[in-house]
Amino acid sequence: MSDVTTDLPSYRSLPGWAAPLAVLAVAYGAVPFWGTSYLFEAILLPFLALSLAGLGLNILTGYAGQVSLGSAAFMAVGAFAAFNFNLRIDSLPLIASIVLAGFAAAAIGLVFGLPSLRLKGFYLAVSTLAAQFFVQWALTKFSWFSNDSASGVIDAPPLAIAGFVFEGPIGRYYFALTVVSVLTFIAYRLVNSQTGRNFIAVRDNETAARIIGVPVLTTKLLAFAISSFIIGVAGVLWAFAYLRTVEPAGFNLDRSFQILFIVIIGGLASIRGAFFGAALIVVFPLLLSRLGAFLFGDVFDSGVLDMTQRIVLGALIILFLVLEPDGLAALCDRTRKRIGTALRQS
Amino acid sequence: MNATHAFAGLGATPFPPDIQDHLAGLNFEAAGAEKRKQEAESPVLELSGISLSFGGVAALSDVDLSVRRGEIRSIIGPNGAGKSSLINVISGVYRPDRGEVQIAGKRYAQVPTQKLARLGLARTFQNLALFKGLSVLDNVVSGRAHTFRSTFLGQIAGLGRSRREETDARDRASRVLEFLHLSDLSDRLAGTLPYGLQKRVELARALVAEPDLLLLDEPMAGMTATEKDEMAGFVSGVRDQYGTTVVLIEHDIGVVMGLSDRIAVLDYGRKIADGTPDEIQRDQRVIDAYLGVAAENEDGEGI
Ligand SMILES: Nc1ncnc2c1ncn2[C@@H]1O[C@H](COP(=O)(O)OP(=O)(O)OP(=O)(O)O)[C@@H](O)[C@H]1O
Ligand SMILES: [Mg+2]
Repeated sequence: MSDVTTDLPSYRSLPGWAAPLAVLAVAYGAVPFWGTSYLFEAILLPFLALSLAGLGLNILTGYAGQVSLGSAAFMAVGAFAAFNFNLRIDSLPLIASIVLAGFAAAAIGLVFGLPSLRLKGFYLAVSTLAAQFFVQWALTKFSWFSNDSASGVIDAPPLAIAGFVFEGPIGRYYFALTVVSVLTFIAYRLVNSQTGRNFIAVRDNETAARIIGVPVLTTKLLAFAISSFIIGVAGVLWAFAYLRTVEPAGFNLDRSFQILFIVIIGGLASIRGAFFGAALIVVFPLLLSRLGAFLFGDVFDSGVLDMTQRIVLGALIILFLVLEPDGLAALCDRTRKRIGTALRQS
Repeated sequence: MNATHAFAGLGATPFPPDIQDHLAGLNFEAAGAEKRKQEAESPVLELSGISLSFGGVAALSDVDLSVRRGEIRSIIGPNGAGKSSLINVISGVYRPDRGEVQIAGKRYAQVPTQKLARLGLARTFQNLALFKGLSVLDNVVSGRAHTFRSTFLGQIAGLGRSRREETDARDRASRVLEFLHLSDLSDRLAGTLPYGLQKRVELARALVAEPDLLLLDEPMAGMTATEKDEMAGFVSGVRDQYGTTVVLIEHDIGVVMGLSDRIAVLDYGRKIADGTPDEIQRDQRVIDAYLGVAAENEDGEGI
């Protein structure tokens, strides 16, 4: 615990940007050439959208310490706002629709963040549930949002930027990857700035933060707005790049919890954590279904799978909360350190 | 040395402190050179008639306290006497039921906590109040929060102003860390440090704001004798080098007598004595209420 910086082993002499750069190089340069369309459709696209949502929630919950159960609502606002901006404003570039959708989600996030000025912890979490139910209700109740489509389900527009259309699984993957990379870089800059310090100050000791001159109320609302912006854009990716349809049902309370679990499992207040957590949440059910089918054959149908998934996931979350509250990110750090020590000793 | 300082302070004033305070209070609207002279001599901090109760418990009853520029002003008293409550009133964490706080000539029914740093006040807490998830350096840098004007967009983009603010805050933080012999621990997470060092980081976070008035609530509690000596050295060093006025709560009578220019004694929420260390040591009521039982309080443990 206390040897955080006492040793700076040689394996860490690589600069901090080396690892992210390597990941980006592989993601852009290698993955598209050997990946199957299953890999993109079933794993990478949902992974990217959920990572971004996890990143957004982590800014609010991990860094600023404000619990929220409304993430899926902000995703829905993003998706439907982007759809409507794109539909109703002629010749608005898609990228502008997406940015405006982010602002729409930020505005809604700001409104539902107002209770945070008075409420804390559990009570705040419950009040953010209001966002979840209200948004879902509004989107189903007013068919205008779905352009009066009978089923409430609508097709996403093509992903075009400056005349170039990102088509097919690989095209959509590139699109999502680029959006996620840009926002992740921005989030990284943010959490390492004075504003990022303010977030943590408010989280760790609100009174002390106020006394040293941190504008506590503004800081909380800013966290809600920025977090909702990012989650809103994640919603656009979920609907436009992954599902290719926009429907309220996909953005229910289950999804909000899923994003919260991503943050808890991946690691609170860690940028990498959101990606680790999302990877686990996306890959884990697929692995489980393969394993189940292999071990039990036909008995392991979708009903059993669903139940097993919930049980194992629940157990996993409890395990993480008890044994590794700092999530996969911390686990990964520790493992690297062990390997480094072992390497130096040999 | 401390006594000389106190006498030097007294010698420079034309009136006894009580009358001088009174005059300052009456004339605080006065103009011109007269006003500037008054300001230089008027108390940095003045509490009058402060009362505060929690439910049935009277934490403070009709307390007056005046703090002069550049002095180390200690507040002592048994556990539960109301010392921390008084600091909480001064820093606006509590709103007194009655009475007012006067800071730099301005009167407040409740001190606006979010403006405290800009009013030139900084404080530490009896129970640690560090930001556990930030490094030692970032904790201290955050003590400059009141000086930041750049927006989060500017900070993300790394625009000129935000870069200047960041560099400036880091430079000052590094200097304070050096002053308090904490430089080697800059990158450690604050929450992982031993108790005594966390207390020192909290002092660093308060000092980096360059306050006129520093409120310290038991900065030496739970420390070994060596650590206490070191801390006492820092406190007098801050006053001597930067002219910072200090309000100090401390249970260790030896430390208090050595450091203080003037001492106020609280008991059951009332101020029962106020004066120089010599006067306090000879005061029969203080001996009865507090010094007599000082042995039990040597560890400085409190709630
Ligand atoms: N927030 C609060 N709520 C209820 N009662 C309080 C609160 N703060 C202080 N009190 C009460 O007010 C009285 C004075 O407490 P205070 O903390 O000011 O004492 P203190 O002199 O700092 O004691 P110590 O030396 O133990 O730190 C005590 O009876 C305490 O229980
Ligand atoms: Mg106290």
